[in-house]
Amino acid sequence: MSGIPHDHYEPKTGAEKWLHRRLPIVALAYDTLMIPTPRNLNWMWIWGIVLVFCLVMQIVTGIVLVMHYTPHVDLAFASVEHIMRNVNGGWAIRYIHQNGASLFFIAVYMHIFRGLYYGSYKAPREITWIIGMLIYVLMMGTAFMGYVLPWGQMSFWGATVITGLFGAIPFIGEGIQTWLLGGAAVDNATLNRFLSLHYLLPFIILGLVIVHVWAFHTTGNNNPTGVEVRRTSRKEADADTLPFWPYFVIKDVFALAVILVGFFAIVGFVPNMLGHPDNYIEANPLATPAHIVPEWYFLPFYAILRAFTDDVFIVQAASFLTGGIIDAKFFGVLAMFGAIFVMALAPWLDTSSVRSGRYRPMFKWWFALFVVNFIVLTYAGGQSADGIWPTVSLIGSAYWFGYFLIILPLLGVIEKPLPEPETIEEDFKAHYGKASKSDARDGAAAPSPAE
Amino acid sequence: MHSNRILAAALAVALVPTGAAFAAGGSGYVENYSFSFDGPFGTFDEDQLRRGFQVYTEVCSGCHGLQYVPLRTLADEGGPNFTEEEVRAYIEQNFIEVYDDDIQDWRSATPNDHFPGSALENAPDLSLMAKARARGGRGADYIASLLTHYNGSEQEQAGVFLYGNDTYDGGYLAMSPPLDDGWVEFQDGAPNDLESMSMDVAAFLMWTAEPHMMARKRMAFTAILMLSVLSVLLYLTNKRIWAPVKAQVKGGTPAE
Repeated sequence: MSGIPHDHYEPKTGAEKWLHRRLPIVALAYDTLMIPTPRNLNWMWIWGIVLVFCLVMQIVTGIVLVMHYTPHVDLAFASVEHIMRNVNGGWAIRYIHQNGASLFFIAVYMHIFRGLYYGSYKAPREITWIIGMLIYVLMMGTAFMGYVLPWGQMSFWGATVITGLFGAIPFIGEGIQTWLLGGAAVDNATLNRFLSLHYLLPFIILGLVIVHVWAFHTTGNNNPTGVEVRRTSRKEADADTLPFWPYFVIKDVFALAVILVGFFAIVGFVPNMLGHPDNYIEANPLATPAHIVPEWYFLPFYAILRAFTDDVFIVQAASFLTGGIIDAKFFGVLAMFGAIFVMALAPWLDTSSVRSGRYRPMFKWWFALFVVNFIVLTYAGGQSADGIWPTVSLIGSAYWFGYFLIILPLLGVIEKPLPEPETIEEDFKAHYGKASKSDARDGAAAPSPAE
Repeated sequence: MHSNRILAAALAVALVPTGAAFAAGGSGYVENYSFSFDGPFGTFDEDQLRRGFQVYTEVCSGCHGLQYVPLRTLADEGGPNFTEEEVRAYIEQNFIEVYDDDIQDWRSATPNDHFPGSALENAPDLSLMAKARARGGRGADYIASLLTHYNGSEQEQAGVFLYGNDTYDGGYLAMSPPLDDGWVEFQDGAPNDLESMSMDVAAFLMWTAEPHMMARKRMAFTAILMLSVLSVLLYLTNKRIWAPVKAQVKGGTPAE
């Protein structure tokens, strides 16, 4: 598949040959599972499997939840309580689904940061990156609509605030908002269409995941060195890679099992830690909560949304230049969506000829700051918009855009990269050839080569 | 001389105990009680749930409801654990009735019906209160705190009497102090001072909010144990699979 020379499926028995002539499905499964994978992948390459697991877990638990859930403004909250109290194991399914969303987002952020650090978005993997960004946006849409379904106070008011953003679009905004909500305000029509879409989108995500995997199976995996696998001969390819099964499947599933220990500790001991207490109060359009906050995984973008207030110079300039069409609210909306858009453009904004951040001495620091900035924005997004937090959010937002629009293009020109290893084989040998005990990956001396 | 006085004043302000500051601010103080269900190993105390249930029945239920809680769950394991007969007797003794849409009339409740909703319009339903007020996961603390931290001040706003409370947001709420020392007599002779009763009813409301808490914690232990064993096995498998690959690299020609 990936242009890397490797074994292909050969039907042996009569039945296999019969099937293979008609539908080469076993060959497809074999080639997918046995794809040559760079042998030097580190532990940041495990998140893909975690994400696939999360998607399947959310779909399975979600399908069961829908069997007992009632999408009606008068009954939804009570039906969730019915699930929590009367359905066999309903509390477990619901808490797994609720916290599963958080695990999903932790994994996707780790996955995205890994891609950003090791330059996984660079040619020839731009399509993989773009599809990944589409998946991420759809995940956010799905999670947002899912949070509305329990019809608690945060569900209702979160939906009101977020759909209100569309109302900020000049001229057509109110029309779009009404069309999205199915009425003038968040009501029964909104709840019904959100359930419908919350059920639909995961399957679109599943389809995109297949294309995402297809795309990087075509280009081959990136790896911590960013050096491509040698395709010139079978021998060289074998020296750079190992088949995905069993080497990486077992490694990834091991990591998944460790992550799930933590996940079930949260589900079992503090299942509401990441939720908001107000969502255990039934939605009441007449009582606004004191402090409306989205789920934690939206907070960085919520901070960017709120950062651009009337007193920010660039907002005033935009308003003046457009004759007032772009006001602070619309500017915030543009900034929030723009933040994800510039991230999707990373393949074309990063001008460096070196792929992996490991060999980019200046990039490393800017990237570390990007991660810190992301955490600061997450925190700022959860604070009420007074005191120093609007300023912090504004600085954080400026850095977010500056990272993609200024730093990435400039670094490629001014940075002097470190020498990269010639091959993946060389990197792997440098890592494991010496018997270093301090190695984080698997430092203990390997057993004598008895096999 | 003058500056000394200012310094003293500043010190006095700085040294005001935080408790007094809360009393002055009048809101948000939540006492950290020790409940039997705290922590991963914590379980509900069946006797305490029964006492809290009694406090709820004799005091709270005059105004508040538990509309999401089916009466039969009083007989569930991991809860007050009454017998079915006791649940039926409870329904009879308290004349619990429900409105039945089929017969378009009121009838006496069966164990499959829920507790009645709130009798008073502005008295919130208590089914989920312990989770809805769980700032930092301390919903039961909030409830017990609210009941024990009335400060005796009163206010009249638009013809409504409000009562000062150091726990309640805003400092004043419409509910007059609902409990005081000795207002409920327990059969088991447990202490019935204000704080004990408040903790009992808070524990009961934690159960109504999270009736499967004990099953949930058991699930966590089972899952953690099994996944830990699985992790160890997968770790060893992974090590074993990669051993020849790494040995080959070590045994081969030096990397340089």
